[in-house]
Amino acid sequence: MSSVTEQRAPTGDAIVCRGLVKRYADVVAVAGIDLNVRRGECFGLLGPNGAGKTTTIEILEGLKTPDEGEILLLGRAWGKGRDRELREAIGIALQETEIAERLTVEEIVRLFRSLYAKGRGIDETIRLVDLEPKRKTPFLKLSGGQRQRLALACALVGHPEILFLDEPTTGLDPQARHRMWEVVTEFKAKGGTVLLTTHYMDEAARLCDRLAIIDHGKIIAAGTPKALVADLQADQIIEFEPTAAFAADGLATLPGVHAASRKDGHYVLRVQRMGLALPALLAAVEKGGAGIKALATHEPTLEDVFVHLTGRALRDD
Amino acid sequence: MTETRAALTEMTLARMKEFYREPGAVFWAFGFPVLLAVALGIAFRNRPPDPARVGVATASDVLWLQAALATPEIKVVLTGTPAEVEAAAREGKVDLVVSVAAGRALSYRYDADNSAGHLARLVVDNALQRAAGRLDALESADQTVHEPGSRYIDYLMPGIIGMNVMGSSMWGIGYTIVWERKKRLLKRLVATPMRRSSYLLSYLLSRLIFLIVEVAALLLFAYFVFDVTIQGSLFGVAVVALLGLLGFSGLSLLVASRVQSIEAVTGWMNLAMLPMWLLSGSFFSYERFPEIIHPLVRLLPLTAINDGLRAIMSRGAALSAVVPEMVVLALWAVLSFLVALKIFRWE
Ligand SMILES: Nc1ncnc2c1ncn2[C@@H]1O[C@H](COP(=O)(O)OP(=O)(O)O)[C@@H](O)[C@H]1O
Ligand SMILES: [Mg+2]
Repeated sequence: MSSVTEQRAPTGDAIVCRGLVKRYADVVAVAGIDLNVRRGECFGLLGPNGAGKTTTIEILEGLKTPDEGEILLLGRAWGKGRDRELREAIGIALQETEIAERLTVEEIVRLFRSLYAKGRGIDETIRLVDLEPKRKTPFLKLSGGQRQRLALACALVGHPEILFLDEPTTGLDPQARHRMWEVVTEFKAKGGTVLLTTHYMDEAARLCDRLAIIDHGKIIAAGTPKALVADLQADQIIEFEPTAAFAADGLATLPGVHAASRKDGHYVLRVQRMGLALPALLAAVEKGGAGIKALATHEPTLEDVFVHLTGRALRDD
Repeated sequence: MTETRAALTEMTLARMKEFYREPGAVFWAFGFPVLLAVALGIAFRNRPPDPARVGVATASDVLWLQAALATPEIKVVLTGTPAEVEAAAREGKVDLVVSVAAGRALSYRYDADNSAGHLARLVVDNALQRAAGRLDALESADQTVHEPGSRYIDYLMPGIIGMNVMGSSMWGIGYTIVWERKKRLLKRLVATPMRRSSYLLSYLLSRLIFLIVEVAALLLFAYFVFDVTIQGSLFGVAVVALLGLLGFSGLSLLVASRVQSIEAVTGWMNLAMLPMWLLSGSFFSYERFPEIIHPLVRLLPLTAINDGLRAIMSRGAALSAVVPEMVVLALWAVLSFLVALKIFRWE
């Protein structure tokens, strides 16, 4: 584990951390995490519920102190008497916050703006997150998506260099999610750095330049979404369910198949050449004395990467 | 409107807006103390003494007696046979039974344990003796006065103001802090460059503004409805109320410093305030409690603000006369702030 110091901070890296560990009474929430987030990129922490994403991001935000490990944000460390300077430079949306119930959108944005020495205009910020029609609406009467966008506005109003978003679209309908994505994309296009957590693989694939897949407090894979999927060495995934149990030992060696695994009653094949693999599979199943009850193919996704790495699905819902 | 204001101003304004947009909070701060003052003020208002209620038991018609008793201080409830009048006395309809035997021999019958009976006997006997020709040996003249600040309502109003300062500081600060902690707004604010001192100061400032409005409203109400005037200086009242605000704010911050749930903070608040409701003499003097606990009772912040306000408002005391009360409040403020800041949970 290499150490980071203020002097040796790699220029260009917005966030560097080494060996983060956070223990709670009965669980190790973060079990040794190293990250390098470059300036101007969107970096994602992808993992299931309870993986340690929130704990990690809140340690980086300086809201929780780690038991072990070192952090540099924009070349500076927390707790060295310059925290307020750092806070000026970052914007944060927590996983869930209920902001002052009876204040309106405009009043809340104005309040948060007043907390920063410099920042965006109130109107500009509200426009940025597309909440103009709701300016005078009290927080209590906003929908989930509008609340999330207001939280984003509060994160953006200080004109941050780094934006931290903890599950920014959890629980939102598709339209609301797309609007969030647009705002984040626009922020990034103007040179901002984003660190976000999510348990949606499509969100990670869509927004993130690079990501780290987290499980049980550890990074189990990292890279660009493309590279992570490419590591599966598969053009297609076949999932099928046989009508009856059959001897399936030979599946992985079928022509055109890279690997096979079994997951409660159905099989997942990572396939390089579908034209060879599919007929061979059908023949093998028939030979094994079973039929096909259900079969589907799809292009490999981050979900398949997670399933491959952990044997579990990313989402439990 | 200016685009941006200082954080402290903005946060103070936000707190005030949140407060007055909450109808319930406004009622408890303004309506409730006024209702309380009205109810207690009417129930315990001072009245001129009731006339002595007298029953006359006589067999014959005694006109001189009737004439002698016809004064505003005496009310002859009934005249009848001894049996009838005795019955009325037993039912508590008369305080005194006057019996006239043959000739001019009088006898009085009244409850030895009832002060109204004693009083009635004095008044009636005096009236009858004079009517019968008794001459006063000494000359005397009566001078009646109405001492300002000596009615029950004069006693009550400082207590209501004290209770109000306590209630609105405790709930307005402690409850809101815990709410913000629970909803993670506190954490969200800590994630900005906000100064933590501004956060706490915004509570004090918004409370101060409400305190001025609340106390002014109660004083005006008391003046116009009950004719309660401030015997001492308004400045003195303001100083004691302000120290009260600081003392209770500190206490409130202390109670809320680590609590995570609304239920818990409600319980702790009530626990902190209950002894003061009972002991601090808001409605009735704590002099009735055993002497031995008085020094302890005087150390409670509500006692200090009540006693201080009462001395200034009802007795016209100068600020220098309420230094002990001011010291108690200042100590509560300083000590509880220091402890609260040490143990305060920002997350
Ligand atoms: N304050 C806490 N006290 C005890 N355990 C916690 C606390 N916060 C998080 N945890 C535990 O740490 C693990 C990681 O939680 P979290 O970082 O919230 O995961 P994620 O955000 O990926 O869902 C979980 O097992 C969670 O129960
Ligand atoms: Mg989380």
